[in-house]
Amino acid sequence: MEKIVFYVLALIIVVSAIASVTSRKMLRSVIYLLFVLIGIAGLYFMADYNFLAAIQLTVYAGGIIVLIIFSVLLVHHIEMELEIAKRSRRIIAALTCLIGLGVFLTTIYSHPFQAVPNSVTTTTADIGLKLLSYEDGGFILPFEVISVLLLAAMIGAIVIAKGGKIARDKSENIPDPKKEKIREPKADVLENEVPI
Amino acid sequence: MIPGISITEILTLTSILFFIGVYGFLTRKNLISILISIELILNASVINFVVINKYLYPDVLQGVVYSIFIIAVAAAETSLAISIIINLYRQIGSVEVKDTETMKY
Amino acid sequence: MNLSYILLIPLIPLALFLVLGIFNKKIKPAVSGYMGVSGLAISTILSFYTAYEYFFVQGKINGAYQTFVEKMVWMNFTDTLHIDLGILIDPISVMMLIVISTVSLMVHIYSRGYMKGDEGYTKFFAFLGLFAFSMYGLVLATNLFQIYIFWELVGISSYLLIGYYYTKTKAVAAAKKAFIVTRFADFGFLIGILIISFHTGTFDFETLNNPEGSAILNWASSSFMGLSAITWALILIFIGGAGKSAMFPLHIWLPDAMEGPTPVSALIHAATMVVAGVYLVARLFPMYYLVEEGFALRIVAYVGAFSSLFAAIIAITQTDIKRVLAFSTMSQLGYMMMALGVSGFDGHEGVGYMASMFHLFTHAMFKALLFMGAGSVIHAVHSNYLKDMGGLRKYMPITNITFLIAALAIAGIPPLAGFWSKDEILVATFENNLFIYGIAVFVAGLTAFYMFRLYFGIFWGKETNYINAPHESPFSMTLPLIILAVLSVGVGFIPFSEFVTADKIGFEAHLNYPLAAIAVGFGLIGLLLAWVFYKKENDLANRFANAFGVLYLWARDKFYVDELYLFITRKLIFKRISAPIAFFDKKYVDGTMEGIGNKTVVISQKIKALQSGKVQDYAFGFMGGAVVLALVFIYLWTN
Repeated sequence: MEKIVFYVLALIIVVSAIASVTSRKMLRSVIYLLFVLIGIAGLYFMADYNFLAAIQLTVYAGGIIVLIIFSVLLVHHIEMELEIAKRSRRIIAALTCLIGLGVFLTTIYSHPFQAVPNSVTTTTADIGLKLLSYEDGGFILPFEVISVLLLAAMIGAIVIAKGGKIARDKSENIPDPKKEKIREPKADVLENEVPI
Repeated sequence: MIPGISITEILTLTSILFFIGVYGFLTRKNLISILISIELILNASVINFVVINKYLYPDVLQGVVYSIFIIAVAAAETSLAISIIINLYRQIGSVEVKDTETMKY
Repeated sequence: MNLSYILLIPLIPLALFLVLGIFNKKIKPAVSGYMGVSGLAISTILSFYTAYEYFFVQGKINGAYQTFVEKMVWMNFTDTLHIDLGILIDPISVMMLIVISTVSLMVHIYSRGYMKGDEGYTKFFAFLGLFAFSMYGLVLATNLFQIYIFWELVGISSYLLIGYYYTKTKAVAAAKKAFIVTRFADFGFLIGILIISFHTGTFDFETLNNPEGSAILNWASSSFMGLSAITWALILIFIGGAGKSAMFPLHIWLPDAMEGPTPVSALIHAATMVVAGVYLVARLFPMYYLVEEGFALRIVAYVGAFSSLFAAIIAITQTDIKRVLAFSTMSQLGYMMMALGVSGFDGHEGVGYMASMFHLFTHAMFKALLFMGAGSVIHAVHSNYLKDMGGLRKYMPITNITFLIAALAIAGIPPLAGFWSKDEILVATFENNLFIYGIAVFVAGLTAFYMFRLYFGIFWGKETNYINAPHESPFSMTLPLIILAVLSVGVGFIPFSEFVTADKIGFEAHLNYPLAAIAVGFGLIGLLLAWVFYKKENDLANRFANAFGVLYLWARDKFYVDELYLFITRKLIFKRISAPIAFFDKKYVDGTMEGIGNKTVVISQKIKALQSGKVQDYAFGFMGGAVVLALVFIYLWTN
């Protein structure tokens, strides 16, 4: 039973991934990515990491994909066909990837993995305790660093997304830059907050 | 562990996924498409963390915790990248790689 | 003997040089002139005081003059080999102090008049200060290396002063010529110093000159091409001296050096710097005399004799009065070298050494006087050439009288200074080598002839139509003339043989009447011939010149030595050696380097495309590289 489910998931992942990187329609490409991410979430479910799967679904499928769709809609016509690379370039890239894949697979298959049979269920509480633990092997410091990183990313995203307008205003009618900076970001906060 | 599925099968899947991402990264001409390829690569490595944790060291949680961190970092990265792309679009009206080569010389 | 105040003698001119040189534009010309004169006056007083103290009070111990040295180690190589800086006081250095300070002071006074109104007046005095400092340092040097340092310093000050009128092309060329020729000779000097220091392990004059010292006794320990290495070194050192003292064939710079201001010619190219070569040989005289039975010394004698004759013949034919004097100087320097060359060491044997130094001393006085007189004449008629002069005795009585005295002195007419010193030289040559004696006597006659040709040509003869009537020079110029004229008369009576001798003990010198009579006879013959030829306007001189024909033309063109040098340098060295080397350098060496550069540019242009600026290209390279590395590490690096 698990075998079948796994192969189905694997098939979905691989096919969607290939479709995602070859599709000439931008929006479709994003949707294929969504399928890949959902398939990966399914893998996490199978591995009994329910919390991880939930994160995968909410953050990736819910947040990042929506964000990418937003940007696609902002900068593209929906029906626009994407340019694709030259044939020779695609072939060389594919060859390189295949050689790399060959290296990977031979390495994987020649390595004796000492798999431990188990059926440990990891609960959300375990992960939460681990993340907030300050004893040996605890992750409290990286956890805090990540929160600072997210904050910085949020502020940075806002500033960068607004930056162009400020620069253009400057060249046009030299407004008071201080006022601009303070007044403008408010409008976009909600938009940009979505992924985070 | 997933009953009936060996670790090598899952690692094969992630390798394929990884190289599909690399292929996309090398061939796509659009910044958003490249971003999508990067997401694929990141996801392949996240699965590896999780699977190796599950199959080889089921008693600890390091792999899972790392996965969470990677997802957080990926989210931050994506939001920044998108804001850069939008800004770029405002400035030059395009998000094609070929229009962003002014740093060449 | 307290030597500390002697240090002031060179340091005062140095201070003058620094002050006048640094505040060049800020000092008024009048002030700088007075500063120069007063500084040199102090130097002169100190020099005379030193001479008095040395010769009459403290110098003589047990009947022999002692050598006093005060020095400090400057650079240490080994226990014995070190370069010192210091002052050395012995008869010849004290004598040189007097010569330099006297002539220097006279020239400073004279220059105040001669250079009046010149743009670089202060600069001129600064250079004179530098020269005086270097010359003092040269004569006071305690070792070969120190003398070399000051040797080069006088070379550079000579260069600066010859090229003083740096807007004149000829002056610049002459300055370069003087510098290059003497520099070329100094190269020999340097090699000589290195050989001597290598074989004896010291630079020090006292150690080298000690007759019982290892440097002299062990001369045979090393040989090179049939001669002792020390002899080679001495010959090389003599080449350096010959360069400075304008000995044949390194004399070519001296006539051209007359492009400098006349006071400079009087100071540097008549009285002081050019005798540095003679002084150098005298300084190392014990070595020259004792090493290999005086082989090097014989070379000195023959080179001196030949130069003396050679220059005297050329001097007869020249029409530029300063050039006549320049060749006369060269001839007299040859005389000094010749006297040194035939000299012995002990007691009366060393009469040549004594005579050489004596002649150096008297020659400095009357030759400086001659140059200053010539300068005075040039100042009046604004020309260097005999054809523009004539009959000047009415206009310039003081110059006339003093010039006559100097001419008589150099011609060796008793009782003037030149007679005494020249007589001693003739005695020395007569006792040693009759061939050289013959040359010396002949040159004495020639000297009288060309000197009086000059004198009559300037002050008698047909009067040229002067546009502005010439007038006597100002007092600042005639005063040194008068003082030097008095000295030219008087210094001959100094009993030189008691003060300056090779063995420093001194001896009683007597006039050798037959020899003196012969010399005076030759001198008078020369004088009378000049009288006949040039006193009144007549064509006798031209007829004689025509009679000599080719010989006269050769002499007028200085025996084509300059042309020979030009041929050797320009035609042979430049064209046959340098030009091909330059061609090779440009074509192949430079070509290779430029080719490498150009190829780099070409290759860069071609591979510039690799740096496309596209992240994906870079990522592609990165991927490919990573894959290759993985393959290498997994499959090839298997051990």
